[in-house]
Amino acid sequence: MRTFNWLRGSAATTVLGVALLGGFGGGEAAAQGKQLTLCWAAWDPANALVELGKDFTKQSGIEMKYEFVPWTSYADRFLNELNSHGKLCDLIIGDSQWIGGAAENKWYVKLNDFFDKEKISMDDFVPATVVGYSQWPKNSPNYWALPAMADAVGWTYRKDWFSRPDIQSAFKAKYGRDLAPPKTYDELKQIAQFFQGREIDGKKVYGAYIFTERGSEGITMGVTNVLYNYGFGYDNPKKPYQMQGVVNSADAAKGLEFYKELYKCCTAPGMTNAYMQEGLDAFKSGQVAMQMNWFAFFPGLYKDPNVGGDRIGFFVNPSGPNGHFTQLGGQGISVVATSDRKDDALAYIKWFAQPAVQQKWWQLGGYSALKAVVDAPNFPKSAAFAPQFLESMGIVKDFWAEPSYAQLLLDMQKRVHDYVVADKGTAQQALDLLVKDWTKVFKEQGKQVALQ
Amino acid sequence: MTTILQPDDATFPGMSEPAKSRTARPVRGLSDRTIAWLFVAPTIALLLAINIFPLLWMIRLSFTSLNLSMSYLPLRFVGLDNFTDILTDEDVWFRLQTTAQFVIWSVALQVIIGYGLALLINRQFRGHSFWTTIILLPMMLSPAVVGNFWTLLLQPQIGPFNYVISLFTGVPPSSFSMTGQVSLAPWTIVLVDTWMWAPYVMLICLAGLRSIPDYIYEAAEVDRASAWRQFWSITLPMTVPFLMLAVLFRAIENFKMFDMVNLLTSGGPGSTTELVSITLKRAAFEKWRTGYSSALAIILFVTVFGAANIYVKALNKVKQR
Repeated sequence: MRTFNWLRGSAATTVLGVALLGGFGGGEAAAQGKQLTLCWAAWDPANALVELGKDFTKQSGIEMKYEFVPWTSYADRFLNELNSHGKLCDLIIGDSQWIGGAAENKWYVKLNDFFDKEKISMDDFVPATVVGYSQWPKNSPNYWALPAMADAVGWTYRKDWFSRPDIQSAFKAKYGRDLAPPKTYDELKQIAQFFQGREIDGKKVYGAYIFTERGSEGITMGVTNVLYNYGFGYDNPKKPYQMQGVVNSADAAKGLEFYKELYKCCTAPGMTNAYMQEGLDAFKSGQVAMQMNWFAFFPGLYKDPNVGGDRIGFFVNPSGPNGHFTQLGGQGISVVATSDRKDDALAYIKWFAQPAVQQKWWQLGGYSALKAVVDAPNFPKSAAFAPQFLESMGIVKDFWAEPSYAQLLLDMQKRVHDYVVADKGTAQQALDLLVKDWTKVFKEQGKQVALQ
Repeated sequence: MTTILQPDDATFPGMSEPAKSRTARPVRGLSDRTIAWLFVAPTIALLLAINIFPLLWMIRLSFTSLNLSMSYLPLRFVGLDNFTDILTDEDVWFRLQTTAQFVIWSVALQVIIGYGLALLINRQFRGHSFWTTIILLPMMLSPAVVGNFWTLLLQPQIGPFNYVISLFTGVPPSSFSMTGQVSLAPWTIVLVDTWMWAPYVMLICLAGLRSIPDYIYEAAEVDRASAWRQFWSITLPMTVPFLMLAVLFRAIENFKMFDMVNLLTSGGPGSTTELVSITLKRAAFEKWRTGYSSALAIILFVTVFGAANIYVKALNKVKQR
């Protein structure tokens, strides 16, 4: 009987404890005012957004809370959250490739009615960003996000090294032309070869830094900058999902071979699994002459005390034999469908879309996609990299944005890394296998895939 | 433990009959069995909720086409298609081979080094406790920490590992990359895993060595058996069950190794060090192929479970000898 009484006593204590804890929790929650949680990647522009968000809090009284996750786990973390219909994020700045899945799975709130009501016009934004970040299906007037952070792949170079008379004369003697930021990939490779292993200020330096990361999206986001310009496409524009001869054309294979040559000839040792941060480290430590990276990082690099200011220059992704494109980055901001604070989240988007806020966003280090900001006459002079950014946004191409994008991306990561870094097979074989992988994915998705 | 109140009549001599019969009615408490169930029930409920139910659910999902990134598509029952896909996929077999090679080499090295360390630590010497603690340190670290700091140690330009190798071989430190070269990366993950887990094997072997009674060695010395002979005839046979246990634990752990390898190489270069656990994680939580990855998880579970069972039977036979 004593045992039973003890059990009853314990149960009562437990219930009381839980009730008290619940009571305290509830009290704390009740004490909190309105709050929104915004989810994004942990990088330089996120700090600018925190700064910008203080104005929103001042105006609306809504506190902003942020969940920033490193890029390498950003997709894993937030796609898991969206997939499981979690309530962590009220607002999310999701990657451009998520838009198809987010729209089809109804993870995001469709914004058409809201845009109409608030008179937010997508015509006011850079067209590439509207297609890339907001629309699903692509090129249809169905909007699931407001373009928030325009971005693309660009290049930085050591302007101070390029302008040294001894280096200039050595380059001219070797190649018969002036040393200048490259316009084509052949020029880029020449310059990279020239700098590779050269001693500058008593330190051995290397030619170029390019993306090679295996785990998430790195090597794909790097190699596409060359592939597009050699003739690679995702599918036949006239026959959707017909990839044979487009993904694996002879020209595309040459582009892939070129990327491998560039990796072998002109990168620093150990760059076998390197993405954004490794590139920044390599450039900041004075290790490389040229660096491939996202424009988003350029404000920070320009401010760097060792390599910024007059020492750094910027150039647009070079052209190839069959075109001039660059990889689109960037994201749109969306309201998460499971959020309990959708109205407040929409209020944030309304506030964020204002030209004055967008102007401040650009000044703080974010990249606005609003035409009123980027088409302003003084915009090209507003930052050292602004002209290159503008030009890049006019030539961007993006990866698949299908709901199955993650499978398509991981397949490309594997095939490209296998060929470029692990020396497995030929470029043609890698792309042929990629077509096979992608065909399987699309068939699973229920798409009709024409072989020819 | 059963508590049934039966008031003694003698205690209440003046009590009237009706009152007596009311009080004398046995008041039933909880039986021992019920109380035992009450204690066990929360654990069983938890076990059912977080182990058994997900396992059954996973078996169900493995026969479907579920892909969480396309959950708007109707769920189709695909029979054994996922299993057939996996078992006929050349890549999966490569990943299984890679995993088997990693398990065999890392466990073999851990057993050799761990056993050697146990033999050393089993002797009494000055600073014995200090050295034991130092040797045990790696296994106390989190695999995530180990993966990160070995990544720095192995960095070709700034990592000390390449400089040490360069010191002994004369090969320029930045001319090779332990995690980036196809020929070196598989050995690198074996090396780091061995560094981390050989002390664990040492601990198990040490328990085995300490369990051998001294009188056996004393009898051997009376018979003038050499140290080598004592090792072969006493030490090794009597510690074999412990060694086998260490092999079992380490093999199971390494078969599902993920975190350390993911941090060191992400399965690269290419797919050179992509263990089957990485393939599974990518299929389940990056590609969101839930049906397919459930089938793969079942295949791996059955493989490990089957192999472990065979091994345990062998271990029991060795013990009986």
